Amino acid sequence: MEAWMAVVVGALFAVSIYLMLSKHIIRILIGAAILGNAVNLLIFTNGRLTREVPPIIGVDESVLSAQAANPLPQALVLTAIVIAFSFFAFLLVLGYRAYQELGSDNTDEMRVAEPVDDQTPPLGY
Amino acid sequence: MRTLIFRTAVPYLASLMILFSIFVLLRGHNEPGGGFIGGLIAASAFAIYGIANGVAPVRRAMHFHPMSIAAAGLLISSISGLVSVFAGVPFMTGLWGSIYILGEKIKISSILFFDIGVYLVVVGAIASIALTLEERERE
Amino acid sequence: MAGSSEAQIDLTPAMNLEPVPLLDWLIVMPVAWCIVVGTILLMMRKNTAQQHLVAIPAMGVQVLITAALLSQIIINGPTTMVMGRWLPPFGIAFTVDILGAVLAFTAAVVALACTIYGIKDVNGSGRRYGFYSFLFLLMAGVSGAFLTGDIFNLYVWFEVLLIASFGLLILGSEKGQLDGATKYAFLNLVATTLFLIATAYLYGIFGTLNMADIALKIAQSDGTLPLNTVAGLFVLAFVMKAAAFPVNFWLPASYHTPRVVVSALFAGLLTKVGVYAILRIYTMLFSLQREALEPTVNIDALSFAVAIVACLTMLLGAIGALAQTNIRRLLGFLVISGIGVMLMGVAIGTEAALGGTIFYAVHSILVMTALYIAAGMAAKLCGGAEDMTKIRGIYQKNTLLAAITLMLFFAVAGLPPFSGFWPKLMLVKASIEGAPWWAPFSILLTGFLSTIAVGRVWALSYWKPEDDDNETQDDANAKSPIGVSDFVPLIGLTIIVVVVGVFPQSVFELAYQSAEQLVNPVAYIESVFGSEVVE
Repeated sequence: MEAWMAVVVGALFAVSIYLMLSKHIIRILIGAAILGNAVNLLIFTNGRLTREVPPIIGVDESVLSAQAANPLPQALVLTAIVIAFSFFAFLLVLGYRAYQELGSDNTDEMRVAEPVDDQTPPLGY
Repeated sequence: MRTLIFRTAVPYLASLMILFSIFVLLRGHNEPGGGFIGGLIAASAFAIYGIANGVAPVRRAMHFHPMSIAAAGLLISSISGLVSVFAGVPFMTGLWGSIYILGEKIKISSILFFDIGVYLVVVGAIASIALTLEERERE
Repeated sequence: MAGSSEAQIDLTPAMNLEPVPLLDWLIVMPVAWCIVVGTILLMMRKNTAQQHLVAIPAMGVQVLITAALLSQIIINGPTTMVMGRWLPPFGIAFTVDILGAVLAFTAAVVALACTIYGIKDVNGSGRRYGFYSFLFLLMAGVSGAFLTGDIFNLYVWFEVLLIASFGLLILGSEKGQLDGATKYAFLNLVATTLFLIATAYLYGIFGTLNMADIALKIAQSDGTLPLNTVAGLFVLAFVMKAAAFPVNFWLPASYHTPRVVVSALFAGLLTKVGVYAILRIYTMLFSLQREALEPTVNIDALSFAVAIVACLTMLLGAIGALAQTNIRRLLGFLVISGIGVMLMGVAIGTEAALGGTIFYAVHSILVMTALYIAAGMAAKLCGGAEDMTKIRGIYQKNTLLAAITLMLFFAVAGLPPFSGFWPKLMLVKASIEGAPWWAPFSILLTGFLSTIAVGRVWALSYWKPEDDDNETQDDANAKSPIGVSDFVPLIGLTIIVVVVGVFPQSVFELAYQSAEQLVNPVAYIESVFGSEVVE
């Protein structure tokens, strides 16, 4: 089970890195979203995969049963999902604004902050 | 998206969703549910109201700016963590008490207020982003 | 949960049931205070005229809180507070040692300076967009990162400060800002995601996220675990946050675009959070007995890589600074060069070298913020120009500003008697003793190159008198656009820089003590688990 999850995680990483190597902001954005999901699955896999035993302590018990799922990765993934979601929303707005203002989503053409025709500094007094 | 059917249905749908979001928020006390998911439901209610009737009526209906709502939520959450200083226990420790309403004992805790804060943060932040995006579409 | 189970279960192994001393609250107060003030300021966004009246006293309180925390930590040693009574490693713990407290205090001082400078630099629309509230939320993230004792929590604080920094970066929504912010946002997102990946592996290996617990378990591990890989991932993530050489390009692309006060804040704080994280994770947690590459120098393969990265970073920073005409971009490259110097101390890893790194971090926080503020004031004197060729005759226009800037230039280049000299001295000495020849050489060469870079700025833009043909500009500047609220933070920071440079003893001792605590984190672990855990 873990091995198959590792393959899935690896495939997702490959897809996201391929997308993020693109010049276009929108593809990088999708790549970032996939990257977030890949990491979430990675955390999940790292925390031991079990099936169908929720991590709930019964009424007359004081500890979790040994087969129960590990609740901590679930909490971590939940936090990471929330953060990745808010990031994605922000980046979407930012990328859209940048596209409107700069007229391009090609990162090669986004040279306002670092102009191409930059002068060299004066060499003498 | 401004069809007659949609625009007629949306006020009922949105108010139902907000009611449901509050139910989910309070249910999160002991069962699955809670502030985050409740806040998402409420924020989507505002979002679809905005899709049907435009952003300005939503902003009027919300009365406060979404970011102010989020800020108020964050304030409630942090204060509910800070009150444990008076009980001599560490930051963010849950404090429990009970009140009687109409003879019925209702347990009330600082965790509930923390969750309400989360609810408001999510409503404010998500509604703010959604409304911004919807406004841009109209331009 | 705890309250609903009717107290039949013995909770003492999992919960702290003793009352908490009130002084322990100082540990969480820097974060909680910033969040509370930030939210209040966010709710009063519309009252732009009153915001700074709330923000400046509140940031003053933040300085007092962190100062009290620092003095408390110096007296009592590292202290821990657990969230919600759950004992570590189950609960999230805030653990503060001298390193975290010193950096939190310095950060608060710098933020106070920026709050005051913001009175004039941030206009009504910037305040309506929430400059002051984002400033406080950023400080919450920065303080949280310095004070937390839990790796996942560190990740969360990184994200908090990152989201606040996005807000600050696009405050004016100008073209250049959107361009810079896009690059900044994506690269920092990748960096924090790498951090999260490394954290996931670390959790997979040890099943815990508490730093003290991990330090214990790594010390007891038998050397079969893939720890070098995980350490490498962490270093890559933090080096990216700190803007070191192969992954530094987001910094010069974005730091000159926002308002001056925002640049000043970022240059002072954000990269140093990355350096702090390297110190905490790489030096304290992964202090393995690695195989040394050469018997004469005590450097292992991973630290060797860090050393090379450090050399390239500092040289690239200095050379990049030589090639810039825009003063704020030039300063951005100097920030990078300083990061390289700090990383060299991390690579060497002895107490003296780490002490130098920590001292340098404190110096860099203060001096880079002050320099950006000074550059902003010089630009204001010249009608908003930031180009070296357009700023002229600052000495003529405002002698005080020129004199202060000269001191700061000396400090950033590492000349005595200013604060940059001593940490560089410590690092050169440590690298002569514990690193190959090229390490001290590149530190000295970097100092030389940065002296040329800043010397040229001073000679051309400050010392050289203005050409006579543009007298109209003189008339426009006659009413002097810079006022008291601009000079107060600049002079305050410069006084600290000079005092630290002339009387370095106390900072030196603090840096050395925190380095000791990093190399040998027994006190840190004891403060989390009690004294019986460490044999």
